[in-house]
This record gives sequence, structure tokens and C-alpha cells, in this order.
Amino acid sequence: MTSVATTRRRQALSRFWADFRGHRAGVAGVAVLVAAVVLALIAPLFIDQSVTSVVDTTGDDFDAPSLAFPFGTDESGRSILLMVWWGSRTSLLIGFLAALLSIVIGMVVGIAAGHFRGWLGAVLMRVTDWFLVLPSLVTALVLAAILGGSTFTIIMAIGITTWPSTARLIRAQTLAVESRPYIERSKALGAGHWHITTRHVLPNVAPLLLASTTLEVASAIVTESTLAFLGASANKTSWGTMLRGSYDFGAANEGAWWYILIPGLAILAVVMAFTLVGRALEAVLNPRLRRAS
Amino acid sequence: MSERSESRAGLLELDDLSVTYRIASGEVPAVRGVSLTLDSGAALGVAGESGSGKSTLAMALLRLLPRDARVGGRILLDGEDVLTMKWGRMRAVRWAEASIVFQGAQHGLNPVRKIGDQVAEPLLVHGQARPEAARKRVAELLDQVGLPTWRARSYPHELSGGQRQRVMIAMALACSPRLIIADEPTTALDVMVQAQVLTLIKDLVAENGISLIMISHDLSVLADVCDRLAVMYAGRIVEQGPSGEVFHDAKHPYSKALAAAFPTVGDPAARLAPKGLGGDPPDPMQLPTGCSFHPRCPVALDECATLDVELWPAGERRTAACVHVRAKEEAS
Amino acid sequence: MTETQATKEKVSTAGQNLLEARDLHVEFVARGRRARAVDGVNLSIGEGEIVALVGESGCGKTTLARTLLGLERPTSGEVRYGGTALDYGSKALKAYRRQVQLVLQDPTGSLNPRHTVYEAVAEGPRIHGLADEETAVATALSRAGLRPPERFFLRYPHELSGGQRQRVVIAGALALNPHVLVADEPVASLDASVRGEILALMLKLRADLGLSALVVTHDLGLAWNIADRVAVMYLGRIVESGPVEQVLTAPRHPYTQALMSVLPESPERVVLTGEPPDPTRIPGGCRFHARCQVLASGKAAEAGVDGKCRSEPLDVLPAVPGAQAACHYADVAG
Repeated sequence: MTSVATTRRRQALSRFWADFRGHRAGVAGVAVLVAAVVLALIAPLFIDQSVTSVVDTTGDDFDAPSLAFPFGTDESGRSILLMVWWGSRTSLLIGFLAALLSIVIGMVVGIAAGHFRGWLGAVLMRVTDWFLVLPSLVTALVLAAILGGSTFTIIMAIGITTWPSTARLIRAQTLAVESRPYIERSKALGAGHWHITTRHVLPNVAPLLLASTTLEVASAIVTESTLAFLGASANKTSWGTMLRGSYDFGAANEGAWWYILIPGLAILAVVMAFTLVGRALEAVLNPRLRRAS
Repeated sequence: MSERSESRAGLLELDDLSVTYRIASGEVPAVRGVSLTLDSGAALGVAGESGSGKSTLAMALLRLLPRDARVGGRILLDGEDVLTMKWGRMRAVRWAEASIVFQGAQHGLNPVRKIGDQVAEPLLVHGQARPEAARKRVAELLDQVGLPTWRARSYPHELSGGQRQRVMIAMALACSPRLIIADEPTTALDVMVQAQVLTLIKDLVAENGISLIMISHDLSVLADVCDRLAVMYAGRIVEQGPSGEVFHDAKHPYSKALAAAFPTVGDPAARLAPKGLGGDPPDPMQLPTGCSFHPRCPVALDECATLDVELWPAGERRTAACVHVRAKEEAS
Repeated sequence: MTETQATKEKVSTAGQNLLEARDLHVEFVARGRRARAVDGVNLSIGEGEIVALVGESGCGKTTLARTLLGLERPTSGEVRYGGTALDYGSKALKAYRRQVQLVLQDPTGSLNPRHTVYEAVAEGPRIHGLADEETAVATALSRAGLRPPERFFLRYPHELSGGQRQRVVIAGALALNPHVLVADEPVASLDASVRGEILALMLKLRADLGLSALVVTHDLGLAWNIADRVAVMYLGRIVESGPVEQVLTAPRHPYTQALMSVLPESPERVVLTGEPPDPTRIPGGCRFHARCQVLASGKAAEAGVDGKCRSEPLDVLPAVPGAQAACHYADVAG
């Protein structure tokens, strides 16, 4: 019985992949992401923390791109290429974890607010609205300032300020699912809250969650860069802190365009890739769009 | 008026009409060679289940089908072929000569515009009337469908389902068409409201000499309103004839099953004995060979699996596509 | 007359009252106004009995059905099953679910599109932690007429026809071995030719398993097809009830008469006028009087009950098997 069910699942998965392959931009996004993640993971095999050290640098200040330094150097003569590579670890880690935190909070609050329609749902929604109207960047800055700048703090700051929009989205979808007759049928069969939310609501909001996660990761990476640029950073090299450095040390005045451009392009590439994947996932998984095709 | 009475016969003629949808996985034949004639002032009921092609047929009459549909054969409206008509002419026909009433009146009306404005729209768009005259005509139309004239100032959500369906009918009547196509006009309505709307349609047809094509899965409703019935199965007409005769004494086993599906209350034969038909409607992409009804047919013969059935005469002004009918005709 | 005698006998042998509504009231607040959706209903369903609850939309029939299922709590009155009042504690309610099951109108919406047939039917047994889930599912599917059941296990709802989907929904209910099925318009969204098959299935389940059923419908033909008894509901109350043969061949309440008269082929049509019933504004006196054709035609005045019709409310009909109507005119005219 179960083995046949697994085959069925595998079939569904391969059908999903076949559909996804049809979205060329999505496939390109996946390729970029896989490359970025793999590079970030294997970085310690080739380089280490020392590439970010200002003490043992090999190049001159603001060296233009050359064979030795393909993307030039920064104000202390560090290789931009190696910095971007090493920095991708922090940027991606913060992006993924912050997005995960935001999605988990958003999902739990959203499903609960949609499922329990009494006072509990109302209270949850008011809390969500309250978080939603807080200027998220300012809140994140304040949080980072109070809690001190560590990777964990930045993740918390981003996660806590971005979940309300996810919660709103998930609640709307939960309400739509809960109005379906199969929920009524399930209740009549004796299902409790846990059964209904995990067996019926969650699988139906999952595609939306998946698509929104990818978009969320992109925005978390940008937020991290913004926070770092504004001075609230994890004190580790990330794409955001590099941009901050380029500003602090007047890279623009020195004509060191590579110092600004390269980390900027890295952010752009990863964010674009996530967005493309998110859009493609939405198109493949959204039953309404799929039925129309 | 005199002009209309001259063209008594054959307001609408379908000649071997076929509609095929092209989808990713192949071609879906929805309508497969339908020929029929509708006289001016007559009411024809088209019965069938979902997937029988009856709604596709209705949409094809006014070229309302999606782009992926391929239409073959001829549709003659007053001798003019609808399929080869110029676009501008088609638009004129859609309002002035034939209009369509869909099921689900809830979605056919714009929720943020007043009823009166929506009914007046076709009049103004086609330059038939000035605003003042249009307002008068709207009042007339609402009165005709049994709504108080002050309802023109209401919004759709202030009306009940039956009232909204009346508004839809008023809209269809706005440009005094000669043909109305009603696709399941009473499906979502309560019995009492359904009766009201059916009575309204019947009266309008009788009083204004409008021709009617009504589409439904409920044979008893069609028999009540229409003079003639055509029963469709898997894209073809399987039986045609005067409605009373088809309903009470169907020749084709499928029409028989459809007629029995809605029992007459008080009929001892139907008491505690619901009658249905085994099996399911065929997949249009994998139609059975021979008579497409034979896998579900309670009286199928061996030859039905291979025999090409066509509409054979089955009495006066009646035809049926069943081998048993042909056998009887040949015997007599 | 002999027919009436026969039905009376059948009713008396129908056995104990299994599911019962006693003076049931259910109220909602709709747009700031109190809607009395169910406004005093006595109704009982005996063992092995099929009762049709007939009425127009908005008459409260679906609310009554949901309340009988325990999905809605009554404002007052009680639901009794097997002689004891329904306990709304979560444990007791869960146990009650194994006795009384639901079949909804729209089989497409009643099945989660992401669940296979097996998962859909196994949902009940899983919730209740029943042993030998696979046998239960296979038995339920074959009882619902999907044979051989294994062939359907891994299908998804969208791969089935409408009739098959409704059979899956029925199988899902049967998997818990209930004693009563509450079916809300079970065939309204099915194709005409499939309709009879599903109704025949319900009769067969009654014959094979002794299943009782409450069938909620707007369709009198359906009641004639499968029900033993019929209850006609108008604005939250049952206005006429009794054996199908009696009520549907000789209706006594003007509302039932009007419903009968709009069936196709009926000789004389009584189309009711006036506003459609609104449970937030239940008129005084007889709740039907504003639309009543007997009152409007003056026949009630002839019988001298028109004053009563307008001012004197009628008693709630008791839950008895015999034919009865809540009408001042029927009381005097016989």
C-alpha cells in the first residue's frame, strides 16, 4: 500500500519538475542559486577568515582589477573577489535563517488566526496589524542596536519585522481553504483542530509558503545589506558590510567602482535568482494558474 | 412585423455543426455533426448531461467560443451564415437578433452599477436610443419581466437570485431580439422562483413571437416550456421530436433514462424506486466505437459496438439514433 | 385508504426513534439582526427510516441538519440520539460522529483535491484510530458501489466522474459504520442519469445495513423516490409532516400545495408572491400568512379563520409519525 503511494508521490514530483522546467527563468534562477550555495559551502576548502584580515593583505589600496586581483582590492588591499566569496556565507546564512524564522512565525500565526475565528483569531490579527504598521527597518535597527550586533541578532531583527505580511497572506489562504466543504466533511468525521490544520490547511497553503519563502529570502538578504549599510551589522564580512565599507572609505571618490559594483552585483544576482524561482514556483504550484493552462 | 411573419420557417438552421477543442493533449470533439432547424416563434429544448456538448452548441451559435475551438459546418440565422459573418455584423446580430441568458445570474451582473444602467447599456452602446428614451425602455423591460420600475435604481446585491435572473432576461430582451438562447436559466434557483422564471420565459416567448432555445439537463423542465426537444449525448443529437412525446414516450434508451431521472410525484412506479443509468458519460477523447451510448445502454445488442447509428425516423416529426428504432421502422 | 393503512403499519414497525430534535431553536446574528434559522422543531428519525426534509433555500433546513450532526449548537432545545441528549463535550461529540455521518451536496468540494481516494475514505478511521484501516476502506468503497475497491485507492478526485466522487464521499461516511446518514442535497449537483444511481445506493444501504437517513432537499421528486416520511419546512418550522404517500398526494398545508403545484406537469400552478422568506423577520400569526394563497383567495375568510391566520401563532408540531399540518385552515377544513 505505502510503496504504491510513494510511487504516486514520486510521479507527482516528476510532473512538478517537468512543469517547472518549462519556466526557463526559474531554471536559470535555480542554477544561479545552486552555484551560490555550493560556492558558499565549499569556500572553507580554499580560503579562510584570513581573506578578510586587514593585517596580512597582499595588494595595494584600491587596486584596479588585474590578473592577481580579478575584481580589484579595497581600502586595505584585500581582494574583493575573495571577500565577496567569503561574505556570501554570512549573507546567505542570514538570508535563509531570517526568512525561515519569518515564515515559521507567519505560518503559525496566519493559520491560527484563520482557523480559530473567535477572540483568539481577532487578537492575533490585531497583533499582526500592529507589527505590520511598525516601520520595519527602523524597528530592525533599534533591535539590532539594543541587542548588539551578532549574526543571531540580525536574524532575529529581520525575522521579527517581516513575518506580518506572511501571516496576512497565510490567513487569507487559510480562510479560503476553511470555507471548502471538505473541511465541513472532516469536522463531521470527528476531526479536531490539529487534524484540520495539519492535514487540510497546511498542505493547501504549503505551495504558497514555498513560493513566498523564496521571495522572503531575497528580501532578507537585501534587508541585511541595508542594516549593514546603516551600521547595524554582525561584524562579519557580508555583502552588506562590504558596501558599507565602500561608502565609509570613499570608494566612489577614489574611482574604485569595483568596490561598490561587485558586492552590489552579487546581491542583485542572488535576489534576482530567488525572485525568478519564486515566480516560477508560484506559477507551477498555484492551482488556479495551473488549471487555466 | 409583417416582415417577420413572412420568414415563418427556418429562423435558425444548423447544418452538420461540429466543434472541436484543441488542447495540449490532443483534440476534444465536443459537438459532432448536429443538424437541426428552429422555426420562427418556436421553442426548442436541448437536453443532455455535462459534457454532452449542449453548452458548446449554444455558445457556437453566437460565436462565443474560445479561440482554441474549431467550428465546422454551417449555422444559418435567417439564411445568413454566422460562421462567415464579418465581425461588425456579428456584433450587431448578437444584440439585435439573438441574445443569450446564462446560468448563474449572480455573476452576470456588474456589482457596482445600478440595474437600470446595466439594462440600458446595450441600447446606448448600439445607438438605438437617447438616454431619455433608454430610461423609458428600461422601465418597460423591467415591467415586462415582472420587476417594479423603481428597481432600476437598485444594485445587484439588493436583489434576490430570482430577481437577478429576471434582470438578465430583461437585458436579453433589451434590443428586441428574435431569438433567445437560455443556458440552464433556472439551475441555481429555488423551486418556487424557478417556476416563476419559467412562466415568465414561456409568456415572453408566446407574447412576443420570440424563438427560444433552452438548454437544461432537466427534461421535465424543458418539456414544460418547449414545443420540441433534442436530446444530446456525447456531442450528437440522439433523439428529436415534439416535447411531450419525447418526454413521455422516449424511443432512445438514453432519453428514457433522462426522463425517468426526474420522477412524477404520485407515480407509483417511481415510489421507492429511483431510476438511474449505470456507468458514466464517455470521455470525448476516447469515444466508444459504434453507438457511443452502447456501453451504458440497458438494451444494447452485439451489433451496437460496431454499427454507425444515425437519426432514423421514429414516428411523425420524430427521429432517434437507436438500432431498435430502425428495426421497428423497417418492420412497419 | 388501504394504502394509508399500509403506511401506518410500516411507520409503526419502523422501530425506535434513533435521532431526534426536541423543540430545537438555533439563532444567529446576521448583519446586526437576530435570525431565527430554526425556530422550534420536533423531528425524529426512526431506525432504518429515511426522512426527507423539504424546503426552499433559507428555510433553515441546512441549519437543522448541521445541528442534528452536532456541528451547530442549539440556542435552546436538544438533539437526542438513542434516547439520550447530545453531550457537547469534545470526547462525547467525537464518539457521536461514529453514529451520525454527513454527505454533502457538492462531491467535488467535499473531497480535498490533494488527497487520494484511499486517504479520503481512511480519514474517518484514522481520526478515530480504528484498527485495520485498509479493510475498512475497502469494505466501505465496495459498499458504496466502487468495485473492485483497490482500483480506486490511488485515484485523485479530479480523475473521477461526479457520481464516483459522491460514492467516495458516501464511502468516507460508511467507513465509520454509522447508523444515520444526514445527506444535504446529495444529488443536486450530479448529472441526471447518475442521480438515480446514488439514490438507489442509499436505498440499498438501508436494506443491507439498516442505515437511517435524513435527506435534506428542495426536490419533492427525490422525496417521492426514496423517503418514507417527509417534513416540509418553512421559515424555521416544520409546517407539514407525515408519510410520503399521504403528504405528497394529498398535501394539506397551503405551502406544500404550492410547492407541489409548481412541479412540471402539475395541472394548476400556484406561484407564491410576496417577499422571499427572511429568518430575521418572521411575521406574527401563522408565519406563512403573508404569502398564503388560501388566505389571499378568501377561502380562509369563508372558513372564518382569517383572523386567526393573521394573529394567532400555531403550535409547534410534535414528532409523531402520522400526517399533520400546522395550518388554521387545514384544522377546520379537515
